[in-house]
Amino acid sequence: MNGLSSRLVVEDLKIVLSGTSADVVDDVSFTVQAGEVLGLVGESGSGKTTVALALLAYQRRGLKLAGGKVLLDGQDLLTMSDDELRAVRGGKVSYVPQDPASALNPALTVGLQLRETLGAHRDQGQTTNSGRVAEVLAEAHLDASPEFLRRYPHQLSGGQQQRVAIAMAFACRPQLIVLDEPTTGLDVTTQRHVLDTIKTLCRSYGVAAVYVSHDLAVVGQLAQQVAVMYAGRLVEIGPTERIFGEPAHPYTRALLRCVPSQERSEVLEGIEGQAPRPGRRPQGCFFAPRCPDVLPVCRESPPPVIALHAGTQLVRCVRAAEHVEHGHGARIASAGHAGSSSDSELDVRRLNARYGARQVLFGVDVRVGPEECVAIVGESGSGKTTLARCVVGLHDNWTGNVDFCGEPLMKGVRRRTKGSLQRIQYVFQNPHTSLNPRKTVGQIVEQPLEHFSNFSPAEREQRVVAVLVDVSLSRDFLNRYPDQLSGGERQRVALARALVVEPDLLVCDEVTSALDVSVQAIIVELLRRLQRERNLAMLFITHNLALVRSVAQSVVVLSEGSVVEQGPVDEVLERPRNEYTIRLLEDIPKLAHTETNGR
Amino acid sequence: MGRLTRGRGTERRPHPIAGLVVSRVAAGVITLLIVSLVVFAATQVLPGNAAFAILGHNATPLRLHALEAQLHLDRSAPEQYVRWLSGLLTGTFGTSLANGQPVWDLVAPRLVNSAVLVTVSGVIGSLIGVLLGAVAALRKDRPFDHAISVVSLVVTALPEFVVGIALVILFATVVSQVLPAVSILPPGTWAWQRPELLVLPVATLVIVIVPYIFRMMRAAMIEALESDYVEMARLKGLPVWRVLLVHALPNAVPATVQVIGLNLLYLAGGIVVVEYLFDFPGIGQALVNAVSNRDIPVIQLIVVILAAFYVFMNIVTDVVALLATPRRRIAR
Amino acid sequence: MRRREWLSVLTRAARTRRGTVGLALVGFVVAVAVGGPFVTRVSPTDFVIAPFSGPAPGAPLGGDALGRDVLARVLAGGWLLLLMAAAATLFGVVVGSAAGISAAYLRGRPDMLIMRSVDVLLAFPSLVFALMLVSIIGPKLWLIVLAVGLSHAPQVARVMRSSTLDISERDFVKAVELQGVKPRLIMAREILPNLITPLTVETGLRLTYSIIIIAGLSFLGFGQPPPAPNWGLMINENRIGLQLNPWAVVVPAALIAVLTVGTNTFSDAVARVALGVDRHAERITPLEAYALEAPR
Repeated sequence: MNGLSSRLVVEDLKIVLSGTSADVVDDVSFTVQAGEVLGLVGESGSGKTTVALALLAYQRRGLKLAGGKVLLDGQDLLTMSDDELRAVRGGKVSYVPQDPASALNPALTVGLQLRETLGAHRDQGQTTNSGRVAEVLAEAHLDASPEFLRRYPHQLSGGQQQRVAIAMAFACRPQLIVLDEPTTGLDVTTQRHVLDTIKTLCRSYGVAAVYVSHDLAVVGQLAQQVAVMYAGRLVEIGPTERIFGEPAHPYTRALLRCVPSQERSEVLEGIEGQAPRPGRRPQGCFFAPRCPDVLPVCRESPPPVIALHAGTQLVRCVRAAEHVEHGHGARIASAGHAGSSSDSELDVRRLNARYGARQVLFGVDVRVGPEECVAIVGESGSGKTTLARCVVGLHDNWTGNVDFCGEPLMKGVRRRTKGSLQRIQYVFQNPHTSLNPRKTVGQIVEQPLEHFSNFSPAEREQRVVAVLVDVSLSRDFLNRYPDQLSGGERQRVALARALVVEPDLLVCDEVTSALDVSVQAIIVELLRRLQRERNLAMLFITHNLALVRSVAQSVVVLSEGSVVEQGPVDEVLERPRNEYTIRLLEDIPKLAHTETNGR
Repeated sequence: MGRLTRGRGTERRPHPIAGLVVSRVAAGVITLLIVSLVVFAATQVLPGNAAFAILGHNATPLRLHALEAQLHLDRSAPEQYVRWLSGLLTGTFGTSLANGQPVWDLVAPRLVNSAVLVTVSGVIGSLIGVLLGAVAALRKDRPFDHAISVVSLVVTALPEFVVGIALVILFATVVSQVLPAVSILPPGTWAWQRPELLVLPVATLVIVIVPYIFRMMRAAMIEALESDYVEMARLKGLPVWRVLLVHALPNAVPATVQVIGLNLLYLAGGIVVVEYLFDFPGIGQALVNAVSNRDIPVIQLIVVILAAFYVFMNIVTDVVALLATPRRRIAR
Repeated sequence: MRRREWLSVLTRAARTRRGTVGLALVGFVVAVAVGGPFVTRVSPTDFVIAPFSGPAPGAPLGGDALGRDVLARVLAGGWLLLLMAAAATLFGVVVGSAAGISAAYLRGRPDMLIMRSVDVLLAFPSLVFALMLVSIIGPKLWLIVLAVGLSHAPQVARVMRSSTLDISERDFVKAVELQGVKPRLIMAREILPNLITPLTVETGLRLTYSIIIIAGLSFLGFGQPPPAPNWGLMINENRIGLQLNPWAVVVPAALIAVLTVGTNTFSDAVARVALGVDRHAERITPLEAYALEAPR
């Protein structure tokens, strides 16, 4: 690691909340060579976006630079004047945002937004602006026609928008590119194409890249080096194979255990608790409160940074050098029983659903046996959420048959019997909007109980507390309000609300998509346990095929409103027959390095 | 390939604007029709015997009879309404009860004067409001912003007649006497021929509307300046002027246009008090006089004119705001 | 604690700088208006001094156009304005909210009917609407309250309708719909508590405007008939003599101004606190925040 010839050198970067001494990130140092990709990994609140923006010498409102250096080819960006920075940003260092839909100005055409970047950074080797624009669009696999350039951002698909953002970033042939989770929200196939594009461009132009993400698998595909962030600190950094194969920091190890595997049905182990926010960080190691390998010394003083493997791997942990037993590989989960088809809880036959004139589901057949979990997998627009809503009664514009325990279900909620409404419960995707902000947790969970039963208030409270405990929330949560809870806790409340009336069928609509990986793992394990304990049938909607393995016994693959494949999970994932399924499975980034080592 | 943003896909340059205008105009016409019904009912039908109510103490049987004939009160209510409405649409506006002149002769020149007042105040007020709002947004939370916001909060709350009186005290009577306290136009002159008479009324109206426009412009600019796309523009290293004028400003326009429209609407009502205060011969003053004299035909016409102005301005504002809105918001 | 959320919003607003100032201003004027009639020793209708004479012992604010004691008239001339404005606001907010919320929740025909009526009513400037009604029936006070209240109702209806629509679409309402709970219960238990914020903000705004319009009507001569002491009327009666005794105009004008500035400042403080509360509970953009306010 010859510091002098490195493209990017970050030294002791420290950023604080303005007006306080509470640090958001501190002691962040790493180097990136030309043509190399560094993956910056962390969950929400880890400070990774703050670090990413700092590479452009930019801080969001409320944050202030408190120290450190960002050396681009030897020049410190953090000491530059505003004019110098303007020349550098977009020209030598560019940024690819997380949400291209909001990062592209809705009032300006795509062409204009591309050209103005070039206009601001005249570069010697450039032909003309339009020449470069055409070049860069082609590289990003976009249509370079004038018609395309005249479009407005909302007229493009999500994938196209992101490619425009990438084209803008590469337009001036920068030395460094910072990518902030650019494939969030894209479907798997588009994601793969976008990642390929990034890889190729970086290699062709010798660009150094910092790729920020929470998705370990994606990072594994792209990066040569991985840096793991937790609560504003770099806890581990090293070559990708090492980090994924022999992670030395307990957080990294825990994180890897949260990632569902496509290959095997594993028990996912989430990480209980939450990362400490700026200003509330403890004295010793920040991860100590949640660390399975914690020692008393960890709580007293900040951990040292230890170098392993001739300095190629740095770990911020007292126990880094110990050969702690990594080997307790993930536990294989019991397969659960696929329901016997004769005795179905839920039987959907020839379901056709419409929104107005547009048809979104075409002759869908799904069967869920008692105590069986069936996963419905599909990309955005496949109709999976519509399917869930038809089953549950939120959507009533459909034809076909939906039978529950042998009895046909009516189309909308209004026409269904109270009994059938009670026995099928639904959990929404977004825990931030599915709970009434003006009610306490206790009131929210009690409400369905009040509606469906005639228990006395005392008995109701008892049951509410019991179900809260069942989802691992204590009695203290009764009087809290949703905005006092984390995303994971809110989702658990939503689950409690659904379970308090003891349904037979639970419909989960992308219930983990809005959560961090570590929290997702907890929810998934919770669902698995609850399913077993309460003999629940479950319909689990998701776009994450890997997750399916850990949660379901059967899977139904939907594409554009039709069922393309279905069957037991093992069969569909290991021996897919439909082209779409095959392609889907190929495009999903896998944590290749971990698979072989049996972790 | 890839994810399609909900149902949009590729679009040609849309012409829903034309369709929108037509539908809004149609709705506006219906609204006006109902408005005319309400006006008619309130002034001629509701009070029972309108003639009696109008004449009050002067109600001798002879006069009652004459008035009833004049107002066609002997016919049934629907018939009266149809008569009145067709009169409106053909330009026969009846005769003033106060002075026997055709209503139109009375109202027309005043309409022009009021139009001048509204236009001049609207333009000046909008310009000042927009400028102040933009500057305050750029200097957010700094002394200038704080000062202007506080002043705006206070001024917004003041009734127009208080503002007017304050200006009269400051400039026309007590403190100094540089401007005339009343704006009586000599008969036969148009408002623009005596600009010094316009100063105080215009100033009053401007002071009243600027705070609203200022606040909306400021809020819209701030939202644009704090948006992701402006952040992106800065991260692309674009020059400051470009970020402000090309990226931020166009996105602040639609909301501001709507507020400007709303304020022009307000002016239609606000001129009543201001014209009365300054004795300015406009339709606001005419309305007040007509109400005092219970001059029904005049009242009916003026209210209908004001309502028509309202409806028209609403349509114009909506359309302009829509045209200026980044397409994404239309698609939603 | 949050059960009385609107109360806590009000108290919190009262503790901010704007809130305290607003409350103090309002309090001052209310004290003058309500306590005034009990404090005055001179009758507001007696002729005590030469018309438009300056301040003198026995008449600290001088005489008005007819030689009555300005101070006495000022002290007696405010309470009715407050009462009428409060009544008009209450009426307008209640009618408007009922209309707006029902329109949003019932949808379909009732919605269209209500919103069409709103559009028609919105075509009249408030003052003009009141004038129109007054023109025949005469300046009866109850009519003025009714007219002003009715002129508020459409705007309130609009705001409440859009808030209700917004909230009805949220997942937590759907979650309860899924249980088959009746719409009326959903409205009362789930939606209404979330409407407190826009309702509080609107009420504050409407109160300010009620005062302005009713005072304006008095100024034009369509309020209490003379010789009643009425601040708006006083301003009009006495402006001829501005150069002789400005106090006869300045004092009532200043009182009205202080009152409206006070109510407006306090409502602004309430809006800020409420939005701060909301920003915690839900997300609202700065633009939406300012858009909650509309001109008259």
